Amino acid sequence: MTAPIVTIAGLHKRFGDNEVLRGIDLEIAEGEVVCLIGPSGSGKSTLLRCVNLLETPTAGTITAAGHDMTGPDADLDAARRDIGMVFQHFNLFSHLSILDNLVVPQRRVRKTPKDEAVAEARRLLAEVGIEGKERARPAQLSGGQQQRVAIARALAMKPRLMLFDEPTSALDPELVGEVLSVMKGLAAEGMTMLVVTHEMAFAREVADRVLFLDGGVIVEQGAPAEVLTDPKTERARTFLHRVLHPVD
Amino acid sequence: MEAATTEAAPARMTARQRRRLARGLQYAVLVAVVALLAAAADWEQIAASFFQLDIAADMFPAVWTSFWNTIVYTVLAFAFGMVVGVPIALMRVSAFGPYRWFATAYVEVFRGLPALLVLFLVGFGVPQAFPGIQYPGGVYGQVAIGLGLTSSAYIAESVRAGIQAVPRGQVEAARSLGMSHTRTMVTVVLPQALRIVVPPLTNELVMLTKDSSLVFVLGVTTATMELSKFARNELTDTANATPLLVGGLLYLLLTIPLGLLARRLENREDRR
Repeated sequence: MTAPIVTIAGLHKRFGDNEVLRGIDLEIAEGEVVCLIGPSGSGKSTLLRCVNLLETPTAGTITAAGHDMTGPDADLDAARRDIGMVFQHFNLFSHLSILDNLVVPQRRVRKTPKDEAVAEARRLLAEVGIEGKERARPAQLSGGQQQRVAIARALAMKPRLMLFDEPTSALDPELVGEVLSVMKGLAAEGMTMLVVTHEMAFAREVADRVLFLDGGVIVEQGAPAEVLTDPKTERARTFLHRVLHPVD
Repeated sequence: MEAATTEAAPARMTARQRRRLARGLQYAVLVAVVALLAAAADWEQIAASFFQLDIAADMFPAVWTSFWNTIVYTVLAFAFGMVVGVPIALMRVSAFGPYRWFATAYVEVFRGLPALLVLFLVGFGVPQAFPGIQYPGGVYGQVAIGLGLTSSAYIAESVRAGIQAVPRGQVEAARSLGMSHTRTMVTVVLPQALRIVVPPLTNELVMLTKDSSLVFVLGVTTATMELSKFARNELTDTANATPLLVGGLLYLLLTIPLGLLARRLENREDRR
């Protein structure tokens, strides 16, 4: 067995008096798809944002994609190149065209020659199903299109690991599918993915492992069939019931 | 009793009628005021002081030199203001304390001092304190720095507001792609911030156009004179106010297109 691509040990994160993460230990294997579920405020997003150090942990160690993220010599800029991130609100660069959203990061960060960066951008946009929008601005695209561009932008950095922070939560319901299917394709290609999501059907179908977080700790984890169908803890049962039967 | 109600009913106005009446009254007052002023004014006297066509014609073509100088002074001061103001804005939002403190002090000082005083300081104070100092471009250098210092403080504050108006998610996206803090500023934050501050910067340009009228305190020649000084000289020579009208119109010739341009740029940004 190869070394895990993500190792988190004793992770705590505190915002003022509010301790959001209270001791997280987690290992993710290369190629694994892990879905993080749990009630709002449970620390899912914070945990995800700690992996690439968008949030600085209060305590604990993290290694990701071969980088010691919390060590004294951590080169976060180099590390983040290898860790793609997709946000709930897409966060495409609003002053750049769709094509430039993919080209500029490659050129500025990876120092890719222009021709190569443009070719790669076109290839990735085609892969996520965005055609003929190269010169459009992000605001001219639908949410689903923007999110697919955001995924392509992250992939342009050739990451070894992808983080998804509620990638479909800001989308109109009919646009969720197109984003999830891109993510499914990515998982099928063997990308390691850590996904915060409320899409239980996606978790069930695509995830290798589901983690249920509540109160800043991992309450339960295992194969999706176990955790989603037959949760062992009362908290997970209550949460899943609310998600799956919101009207009851 | 019943009769009173039926009689009162037509007198009671609907809300729409009341609004119409209120507006009608305001028009009536406006017309009355204008009519009163028109009747009270001595139109011949006004025409004699402001509308002497021969005096106006005599100002041309010499006035174009001062008109041109007004543009040059404005552009120079604005350029200086941008070159200094943008770095000051970046220092204002820096994580490094001393940068912030310096930038805050700079803004407070040059925003608080009258432009006229700063111009005096640059034109006379500094040369006295540092004998032998030479401003590049003579009076043009003095103006660029003298007006530019004040302007840079305002520009810095506008640009800082613009930087802070760029959504946090833009920075997070750039950082998570592996861009350094500096690279993020240059590639993502500043380009967006500068678009946001186009309207206040245009405003600053209009202010500078007018502040260029202070340049006369440096002592200017015919070649370096700006529009206000030229108009005032003509006023003295002809003992007539027509030059002021001509000068004023020429200022508007500069500032009104700037305002229109700003509105167009603003609309273009909105559509995004």
